[in-house]
Amino acid sequence: MSWKDVVYGKPGEKVLMNGNDAIARGCLEAGVRFVSSYPGSPSSEITETLGKAIATFNLYAEWSTNEIVALEGAAAASFTGLRAVCTMKSDGLNVALDFLTSMNLGGSKGGLVLVVADDPAAHSSLKEHDSRILARAAQVPVLEPSTPDEAKVMTSWAFDLSEEIAGPVILRSVTRVSHSRGIVELIEIAEAKETAEIPLGQRFQTFSIFHMKARDRLQLAADIYETSPFNFFEGPENAETVLFCCGSSYLYAREALKLLGLAREVKLIRVGTTYPLPENFILSHLRGAGQVIFAEEVRPVLEESVLLLYARNAAGLGNITFHGKLSGEVAGARGPACGEMNTDILLEALAKTTGVQYTKQGYPAESLNQLVEKIPPRDFAMCPGCPHRASFWAIKTAVAVDGHDGIINGDIGCYSLGAFTTGFELFDTLHCMGAGPGIACGLGKLKKFGFNRPAIAVVGDSTFYHAVIPGLINARYNASEFLCVVLDNGATAMTGHQPHPGTGFNAAGEVTAALSIEEVVRGLGITVEVSDPFNIEETAGKIYKMNRLPGVKVLILRQLCALVAYRRERKKRRVFVDPERCRGEACGCGRFCTSVWGCPGNIWDPATGKAKIDEAVCAGCGVCAKLCPAGAIIVEEVD
Amino acid sequence: MKDPLNIVITGVGGQGNILVSEILAKAAAAEGFKVTVGESYGLSQRGGAVSSHIRLSQEFQYGAVIPAGHADIIVGFEPVEAARAAAALGHPGAKIILNPRPVYPVGVLIGGQAYPDPDELIKTLKEMSAEVLLIESSELASLAGDPVVQNIVMVGALAGSGYLPVPQATFTSVINAVVPERALEMNQQAFQLGFDAACAVKEKAKA
Repeated sequence: MSWKDVVYGKPGEKVLMNGNDAIARGCLEAGVRFVSSYPGSPSSEITETLGKAIATFNLYAEWSTNEIVALEGAAAASFTGLRAVCTMKSDGLNVALDFLTSMNLGGSKGGLVLVVADDPAAHSSLKEHDSRILARAAQVPVLEPSTPDEAKVMTSWAFDLSEEIAGPVILRSVTRVSHSRGIVELIEIAEAKETAEIPLGQRFQTFSIFHMKARDRLQLAADIYETSPFNFFEGPENAETVLFCCGSSYLYAREALKLLGLAREVKLIRVGTTYPLPENFILSHLRGAGQVIFAEEVRPVLEESVLLLYARNAAGLGNITFHGKLSGEVAGARGPACGEMNTDILLEALAKTTGVQYTKQGYPAESLNQLVEKIPPRDFAMCPGCPHRASFWAIKTAVAVDGHDGIINGDIGCYSLGAFTTGFELFDTLHCMGAGPGIACGLGKLKKFGFNRPAIAVVGDSTFYHAVIPGLINARYNASEFLCVVLDNGATAMTGHQPHPGTGFNAAGEVTAALSIEEVVRGLGITVEVSDPFNIEETAGKIYKMNRLPGVKVLILRQLCALVAYRRERKKRRVFVDPERCRGEACGCGRFCTSVWGCPGNIWDPATGKAKIDEAVCAGCGVCAKLCPAGAIIVEEVD
Repeated sequence: MKDPLNIVITGVGGQGNILVSEILAKAAAAEGFKVTVGESYGLSQRGGAVSSHIRLSQEFQYGAVIPAGHADIIVGFEPVEAARAAAALGHPGAKIILNPRPVYPVGVLIGGQAYPDPDELIKTLKEMSAEVLLIESSELASLAGDPVVQNIVMVGALAGSGYLPVPQATFTSVINAVVPERALEMNQQAFQLGFDAACAVKEKAKA
């Protein structure tokens, strides 16, 4: 386990760890004292690992209710002179942005680093935000590492930079840094300030007059960046073609140049400090260049900054042709400025702009096509035994019986799969955390304009604390009408089962007071009921009944995440099909268990023409047994 | 050894991809290679296709994504996913280690999409690639005590295949270090079953 290397690793050791663990180690080596986060891929392991360091080092780490609360907490620690880190995924920066834009004017004291992990190509997200654009909006300096090892070193240095400029610094990671592993060299853990103090009279406030401080802080950062070792070049001193890159694109660029035999001809400039731009460093490498290529993820942020710099200095630089996302020449399958960067994109762009030949490797086209034809797509699927499948089926059933075309407003978590085939394509809307109840609240006020479809918002337990409560208050206050279904599976499941305020334990694994969702809802004066989604008929009945009540209502569907349940108990029930009772195609159910229910544990045996349970996959929840119209699925308790 | 040596570990979310890439990368790192691994976490693990890219080199730190047509070894926990990885990343010299047990995609279960005949798919892969080793890792994992450890059976098969410049003892010492005590015996057994199975398949091919 890499976290052990992070916590117990000795100086001088070279260990294999992923970017997030390397960032966690960088925090420890810089003497971080305060850690806060809301989990989100690809950032979650940073705080998870730092949580495990609490017992060994003098630090505090928490899973916060959401990202703005997390950042406010970290800033508080910084105000007392301690070093603090706040980690989040790109979406989280939107949530934290109001405070960030405010706090950055007044500034901070102890090193304050925001680690924001972007997800180019949205591997585990709904959108592929480029957080550098928000960093620019907030006027906060940005560092971009290319490898796990560099992520560690940059993280540590970010604390120094933050203290030097007296303001926050953003370390921007991406999926291919956070979730890649590489060799990381450890150094000693620093002895940093451990006493929190704010001298009487020292104040931290935001006024528009401080905007000048933020501007000057950026200039100071730019000056420091000019001599930073994080900006460097490889290849010839003078070259016709210059390739600017940052982040994970650096390794792709190096590989593409190597494969094309261009490493001695093209000058590769790696910019590690992308905002504000180290202008003299960039200008020194623009001088003498005939053409420039850009490699970065996702939006053309470095590209635009360099073009602007060129525009201001064109007279002394001569004619340069620029190839990138803006010219459309550096583009993958999704076109420019969408999706991830990779070596293949750069091979194509470099071959085109330098005129070097490159033949794509791989199978001959004919046999490749024969293979590709055979491969069916694999959509996301909820896990076997996932309680969400039962909840979605209950909602679908209740809405069908109700007959008023209920409109379903989804939200963010594993249950976002409610928008996909595996979730019966249940969701009509899906946006960001808390949007489900907000939209349902709006829809619930549209009767006077003829909108009569009842709204059902579907949210998760962690989402409930993060972003749902204001929507419920708004609904109660403004007398809107909708049903909010809370899928309470006892964890922040999607991001790796981190605890949340309802779980009764914290980031250090200590027992805390669990905050009951039903008590919160009752406190708001809103009707609340609880049901077990595995009791699928009773649950569908409750949804049907509550959906028809006036005003805002909350129904909690409580059943532990199948993965957590499996880890806790390891005791499974055996589920199997009784071939005597399964009537196969003749049943009239239309192969319900496989073709409708869609659990990976329910498969069809073409040899016998009957349903079958894949016992290697089945989690033993037994819900399919309740739904089989022939009663052919048998559940047996196993010791 | 070809440098870089590019390995893809592929399967369906939940099959234990990440543990395998961790074991393999740590074993290669112990042998002195510059190792890079790219992995899928989060949403992509929810029943979707997942793959880890592992890149070994003596001289160079490579990026976390293998370029198209550059994968030298493909370890597939599932036949369609092995084929998907081969189509995107493989080349005629690639070697494939494959668990032939299908995990049906939701689009196949619910209908509308066809799952290919596994025998035919494997035949196509054999025609296209340098070598295909079939390892019944799910069945062997059940023999070891739990179908869940099919991933470790496949690590054993990879070690037994001789495709990697990493000795068996390095793999076993990494497994001893990363697998929790309570599950160690089962995992050691799973590794050995995979190792032996790969050796047997290779012997049979020679004969």
